[in-house]
Amino acid sequence: MTEPLLSVERVSCRFGGLLAVNAASLTVAAGRITGLIGPNGAGKTTLFAIISGFQRPSDGIVRYRGETITGLPPYELARRGIARTFQIVQPFAGLSVRENILVGAHLRHPKRSNALAAADLVGREVGLADLLDRAADTLTVSGRKRLELARALATEPQLLLLDEVLAGLNPTEIHEIAPTIRRLCERGISILMIEHVMQAVMSLSQHVFVLAEGCIIAEGTPAEVAADRAVVEAYLGHGAAKKLGGAHGR
Amino acid sequence: MRGLLQIAVVVAVLAAVPLVVQSNTTLNFLVVTLLIALAGQGWNILGGYGGQYSFGHAAFFGTGAYVTAILQVRYGVNAWLAFGAGIVLGAAVGGVIGALTFRAGLRGSYFALVSLAFAEVLRIVASVAPITGAGVGTLVKLDLRVEALQFQSRAVFYWVILALVAVSLLVAQRLERTRFGTWLIAVRENEDAAKALGVNATQVKLGAMVISAAITAAAGCFYTQYFLFVDSGIAFGTRMSIEALLTPIIGGAGTVFGPLLGALVVQALGEGAKLVAGDAPGLSLIVYGCVLVLVIAFAPRGLIGLVETIYRRVARPTKREAAHD
Ligand SMILES: Nc1ncnc2c1ncn2[C@@H]1O[C@H](COP(=O)(O)OP(=O)(O)OP(=O)(O)O)[C@@H](O)[C@H]1O
Ligand SMILES: [Mg+2]
Repeated sequence: MTEPLLSVERVSCRFGGLLAVNAASLTVAAGRITGLIGPNGAGKTTLFAIISGFQRPSDGIVRYRGETITGLPPYELARRGIARTFQIVQPFAGLSVRENILVGAHLRHPKRSNALAAADLVGREVGLADLLDRAADTLTVSGRKRLELARALATEPQLLLLDEVLAGLNPTEIHEIAPTIRRLCERGISILMIEHVMQAVMSLSQHVFVLAEGCIIAEGTPAEVAADRAVVEAYLGHGAAKKLGGAHGR
Repeated sequence: MRGLLQIAVVVAVLAAVPLVVQSNTTLNFLVVTLLIALAGQGWNILGGYGGQYSFGHAAFFGTGAYVTAILQVRYGVNAWLAFGAGIVLGAAVGGVIGALTFRAGLRGSYFALVSLAFAEVLRIVASVAPITGAGVGTLVKLDLRVEALQFQSRAVFYWVILALVAVSLLVAQRLERTRFGTWLIAVRENEDAAKALGVNATQVKLGAMVISAAITAAAGCFYTQYFLFVDSGIAFGTRMSIEALLTPIIGGAGTVFGPLLGALVVQALGEGAKLVAGDAPGLSLIVYGCVLVLVIAFAPRGLIGLVETIYRRVARPTKREAAHD
């Protein structure tokens, strides 16, 4: 097998007495959509923060394209091609949608005119074409999620970390944005996505990791993971798999 | 293009004032107003565009003022060179303070307090160090020659400070059109989001601090040449720190013309208050305080923001409604 684009190796993160991430390992293969699922508070966002340089791990290393990147600052990782979105959206509230995307576009396009052109292109790609002149803080939830995506995309990443971009959207909106994500992957951007909307993760990702209480408890294709006894128990509580009987048990 | 045109028009109109107004009192008032506008524009680069609220811009103003004075008086350096050196050293002080505070990750009120502390330390040092003339201050010899950067006519001084203000307006306008400025504004709006998009926030803030310090230092250099005297209270006192931050906030922080408009309004009100109440000490500060409260209550985006809002409501109501439908 070829070397993965990203590999997280036995990474732990401790907040005081809480071990938010516990020796978690995962890999993201190039050109694929990898899912990261798990119950609330499992440590998924913390793991993203570690990969994107916002949080130093207490232990373990992160490798990207074969190089150790643990401890590098976020801006450096963005330059190397890792972009992230925030679960709690972080728009530049006082700026327009176009200006928001422009900030990301400037990373690869120092000249303003080029960056503006790139920003418009990205805006169109994620379906914000009609809203480019709107103030970012007037967007709906769905608009804000798209803006998160657009800004990250504007940095022209190789690896895109999506933290619950579908959360808070209604089924129609999910149907609109899911194909966008698939298209990005087809364009060659590797994606690691955290998602609670099960149907979407299962249909979008080729490989899924399951995090519970800081530990990776399962991995595999969506079908394999959905059928895993440990996963069902993690989500529904101890003994759930047994009660559900043959429907989910192995 | 439109931005440059606006600056050209405003500067041209201001440049014509001495052709009409000959009163020395009025010219003096305008020179001081432009001086405050320049110091305020310096603050505006870091505070208005970068969101880093310094309470200690007197550190740069004072450095400019003292360097200009000391180099001439003690080392016989030419006034023009001393002026330039004052700007460079002011920028350097900005670089040092910026490196210390931003590397340490100081934000918000912590940054404000530490910047104030730096200015206070400089004030205390300047009030005892022999080289600054300690408590007595430093007096620059009257020498009304162009080579000495001193002018018989107040109008010439006025044009000099106006030229400096014009440069500072251009700097602010450039910020709105370049990557550096876009990144600086992004840091102001949301530092974490900016970092995630590849912005080296520390470096961007440091760059803004250096530019900001250079501009405010230039105001200090000019002060020395105009008044030919500087002491520790004038140079590094909190008075200047407050004026440098109040004028842009009142006029409109993070806008090109905010500091200029703020300086005009604040200075005019200060003079008005003097006419009414006589030259009571601390009066102007009371006026600033009242204006500040009013602006924060009714025009959080400053007077420029207020004007824009009114313009949009009154002049083009149809367009706005159309946008809503
Ligand atoms: N900076 C922090 N300091 C202290 N505790 C933290 C910090 N960040 C996260 N935690 C804790 O770490 C645990 C994991 O949080 P995290 O946000 O990573 O979970 P998550 O899997 O993303 O959950 P969700 O699905 O709700 O988003 C939680 O218990 C959280 O309270
Ligand atoms: Mg989370």
